[in-house]
Amino acid sequence: MRQPDQGALVLGIETSCDETAAAVVTAGAEIRANVIASQVDLHRRYGGVVPEVASRQHVPAVLPVVDTALREAGAGPESLAAVAVTRGPGLVGALLVGVAAAKGLALAWGVDLVGVNHLEGHVYSARLEDPGLAPPYLCLIVSGGHTDLVWVEADGRYRLLGRTRDDAAGEAFDKSARVMGLGYPGGPAIDRAAAGGDPEAVPFPRAMLEDPSLDFSFSGLKTAVVQFYRRARAAGKEPPLADVAASFQQAVVDVLVKKTIRAARETGASRVAVVGGVAANSVLRRDMAAAAARAGLALTIPRPALCTDNAAMIAYAGYHRWRLGHRDDLSLDVRANLPLETGAGAAQEPAGAVANPTG
Amino acid sequence: MLREPDLETATRSAEETRALGEALGRVLGAGAVVCLVGELGAGKTVLAQGIARGLGVREQVTSPSFVLIREYRGRLPVYHMDLYRLACPAELEELGPDEYFYGDGVTLVEWADAVRDRLPEDHLRVELARPAAEAGPQPAGEDENVRRVRVWARGAGTGGPDHRGYLERLREAVTTC
Repeated sequence: MRQPDQGALVLGIETSCDETAAAVVTAGAEIRANVIASQVDLHRRYGGVVPEVASRQHVPAVLPVVDTALREAGAGPESLAAVAVTRGPGLVGALLVGVAAAKGLALAWGVDLVGVNHLEGHVYSARLEDPGLAPPYLCLIVSGGHTDLVWVEADGRYRLLGRTRDDAAGEAFDKSARVMGLGYPGGPAIDRAAAGGDPEAVPFPRAMLEDPSLDFSFSGLKTAVVQFYRRARAAGKEPPLADVAASFQQAVVDVLVKKTIRAARETGASRVAVVGGVAANSVLRRDMAAAAARAGLALTIPRPALCTDNAAMIAYAGYHRWRLGHRDDLSLDVRANLPLETGAGAAQEPAGAVANPTG
Repeated sequence: MLREPDLETATRSAEETRALGEALGRVLGAGAVVCLVGELGAGKTVLAQGIARGLGVREQVTSPSFVLIREYRGRLPVYHMDLYRLACPAELEELGPDEYFYGDGVTLVEWADAVRDRLPEDHLRVELARPAAEAGPQPAGEDENVRRVRVWARGAGTGGPDHRGYLERLREAVTTC
């Protein structure tokens, strides 16, 4: 195996949902290029991600996005150590586009192919932000599809501490935004609408705070927003949107912050990372920073562009998998529900296990 | 226009909705398709969690909105679809729905009305609604946790999965508990 220096380059490709993205990242966590062709405007018209639209739009976008990333990085295919690509979780049709492109490019260029778990990409986004961050650390992954508290033991070794029992936090933002008459995606829309609002105006529920587990539940909060509006409209007095949005947002943030701090206490963690699309939320960033400071925890939250879906995190996670000796062949498949545990790669296989028994 | 429901009952809490789902899950057989209909927050996912539990699924059943479908293993395979994000029925095809609908597992479909014409003729339709919501303004203290649950068995039921039989066994379970 070629020993990587800090300048080794990895191309990352990400098409798991509504962004077609490619990036070039070095072994030393330097982002040389990070390109995103977003379909958000397209999906906004429908009020959500439309899977067929998602995969169809990825097809014409993926190769130009890769070309742009390589050009911006000033990198030719010969300088790449590997092509890393998201293989799940996500929308199957959308994932297939990225994986097919990555296979073709890896084959044509004669470089290694590495399949990456999208959630592992989010975990590594914290280390793109802070290359000094090293395991073990506690990681809250909070996005449209996930709300997971994960203990990062080592590169590629994860332990799930808690997760949502129903809706993800980002899903609660999207669905509640729709009830509030706000657009898609719901996270940024509610964040904007909440500016100047009173976060104590409506006492929305903080679910699972009394529960001894580290699990979350956001389905009841969504229902509470629906019921709140019904009651308010029936009574003919609808409160200012800013107050409702701020109150909803505070309810989500309070639970995320309290459970994360509790998890840090229970695991004895001294370092905490918060990643995923919801980590771009301004109130979550503010309140988590304050709570971490009070608890004496070092906190890393990536800049917003690395919180939302991007390929730089896929490239960097791919680099670490590649460094640990993980390679995929052209039989690499996609999985809509790929869990973080099995995406962890060679380092997590028990001693003597064969990584690919059929290959 | 829908005919009168084959079964009508009510639950007073999320726990009761889950228990009703569990009773239904216990009587379902291979090839069953259960459509879950109701507005945001009506309790579709809660009912689906109960059905999965009744089918012996031990894993946590979470909302499939993000990935459209999640699969579980109980005494039968359980496919949990959520079509909330679909903008038009044709987009269902990307999931290869017939492999689920006519497979050997149980398929639960949330927001099924988005693809009404694409569903198998034989299925159970379960509607969840808040009586409080339909009656307009309520006096203070009205219990908003109450759900009216209405079930229809659809199709001829000849040869395929016996949806009418599932419904009758659910009726026995509901009336004896």
